[in-house]
Amino acid sequence: MSIEYQEEDVPHVLAVDDNLIDRKLVEKLLKTSSCRVTTAENGMRAMEYLGLKENQQQNSINGNGRKVNMIITDYCMPGMTGYELLQKIKESALLKDVPVVIMSSENIPNRINECLEKGAERFILKPVKLADVKTLRRQLTKC
Amino acid sequence: MAAVAQLQRQFIEYTTSLHNEGYLDDQFTQLQKLQDESNPDFVVEVVSLYFEDSEKLLNNLATALQQKIVDYKQVDSHVHQFKGSSSSIGAQRVATVCVHFRNFCEEKNLEGCVRCLQQLKQEYILVRSKLEALFRLEQQIVQAGGQIPMME
Repeated sequence: MSIEYQEEDVPHVLAVDDNLIDRKLVEKLLKTSSCRVTTAENGMRAMEYLGLKENQQQNSINGNGRKVNMIITDYCMPGMTGYELLQKIKESALLKDVPVVIMSSENIPNRINECLEKGAERFILKPVKLADVKTLRRQLTKC
Repeated sequence: MAAVAQLQRQFIEYTTSLHNEGYLDDQFTQLQKLQDESNPDFVVEVVSLYFEDSEKLLNNLATALQQKIVDYKQVDSHVHQFKGSSSSIGAQRVATVCVHFRNFCEEKNLEGCVRCLQQLKQEYILVRSKLEALFRLEQQIVQAGGQIPMME
């Protein structure tokens, strides 16, 4: 019981990015901010990890999904963009309340607004810095 | 002890010059700040990944630009990746060339692209040799029993 409690205490974050260096950096930033981190290299892998399938009705609890407290994803990814991943998450009864943060190297106001309107918690401009992650971390403790 | 102090001074001077000359920017300092006892080789690890990745990208770019019919979307995609990882480790000059390169991709300007690839190679080789020199200095400091100075 006490082990479970300790695990619950540390937020679990899923970080999605197709760029290896960025993945390693975000992982380190999150770990430095006392988060447990799982990384995925694209949207499909992220969806698999979360237990989401393309056309699944999201009304039942999916026993294959893992609990995450936050998802942080790159916007520009091959196959499925971060925006599309955000959409899928928000459409899922199980995951719609999980905060989703979008990262992008491009400062495009339309893109930012689009993501925020779709329910993204925050939009972070790359390269990601420790200060950005610390802000997110503070928010997570309030959950 | 004098040897350590001298090495540390060299390190500070070298790092400062790399920043002043624009080879590295604040993002590199961010990486250094993330290094700690639990992960003492973090910077070298990330930079090594960057070197590997960059070399692949440069090869891919050369191949892509040699095609009879150049796929500018593909070229742009590689440059976008390169720009991303360069920015993430603080390789400012490399990232800047990438910006120009992407403009040429948009214009489907082959000559411009080829020129940028040359520049990219040059800047990459430069920053790689400078980072390797910096890491060698760090090793010397550690071997001499000193601590690597924290740059602000």
